[in-house]
Amino acid sequence: MQADADRFAQQRDYLYRYALLHLRDPSRAEDVVQETLLAAMESRSGFSGKAQLRTWLTGILKHKIVDVFRRQKREAPVEDLDGAAFESDEEFGDLYFDPGDRDHWRSAPRTWGDPERSLEQKRFWEAFDACSRQMPAQIARVFMMRELMGLETDEICKELGISANNCWVMLYRARMNLRQCLETRWFGDQT
Amino acid sequence: MQDHPEPDASPEHAKLNCKQVSVLLSQSQDQPLGMVERLRLEAHLKVCRGCDNFRKQLDFLRRALRRHPALQDDDET
Repeated sequence: MQADADRFAQQRDYLYRYALLHLRDPSRAEDVVQETLLAAMESRSGFSGKAQLRTWLTGILKHKIVDVFRRQKREAPVEDLDGAAFESDEEFGDLYFDPGDRDHWRSAPRTWGDPERSLEQKRFWEAFDACSRQMPAQIARVFMMRELMGLETDEICKELGISANNCWVMLYRARMNLRQCLETRWFGDQT
Repeated sequence: MQDHPEPDASPEHAKLNCKQVSVLLSQSQDQPLGMVERLRLEAHLKVCRGCDNFRKQLDFLRRALRRHPALQDDDET
């Protein structure tokens, strides 16, 4: 049993990083990782490989993270948990598109050249994380569930109890937000 | 999300604007688009560099998230 505990503990850093990406709060991330490891200990399934173990632990962790999201939603009003009011679709659209110019981009997305090269750079990821943190909490939540957990939109809607339409709106806003931020902070400096 | 105008006989109304295209491109990340929508989308992307860049950038964002450092193996330990 001690061997199990050691192997589980080795995964702790990874699980914490994963949880932090979704929850954004270090102490909440710590809590869910702790709960995950405890649940894993109770179950004590035998896994030979590290990769299998990590996958299994991450599976437990995902459920714990979604539980947190569900609790947060129940405890807080439907509006953005950060306190900022949700703009209407029209207001949001007007941020990026000019209704006086047939809804053309106010600032058209620029060419990013070869963006893959940036993925090797630490500074890129610092900018990326800063941009992610900028997103309103509820929007970030849905976006991470889609892009990191890889859940389908109908699963996300079901787990969080939101309409399909709201799901799409939030994913749209997350992408518009993130893209804009990355262009401003990182890619926009390219000639 | 704003309703897309129904396709009608007038060519003007069949054309999508950039805002509509941005919505469709985002939706296409999560579920396949219908054929009519795809055709109208492609027609716009052919003539709009900004939206074409947007499309590429959405694809890049998806790939980037999957390669986030937090998710990488650290089996050097």
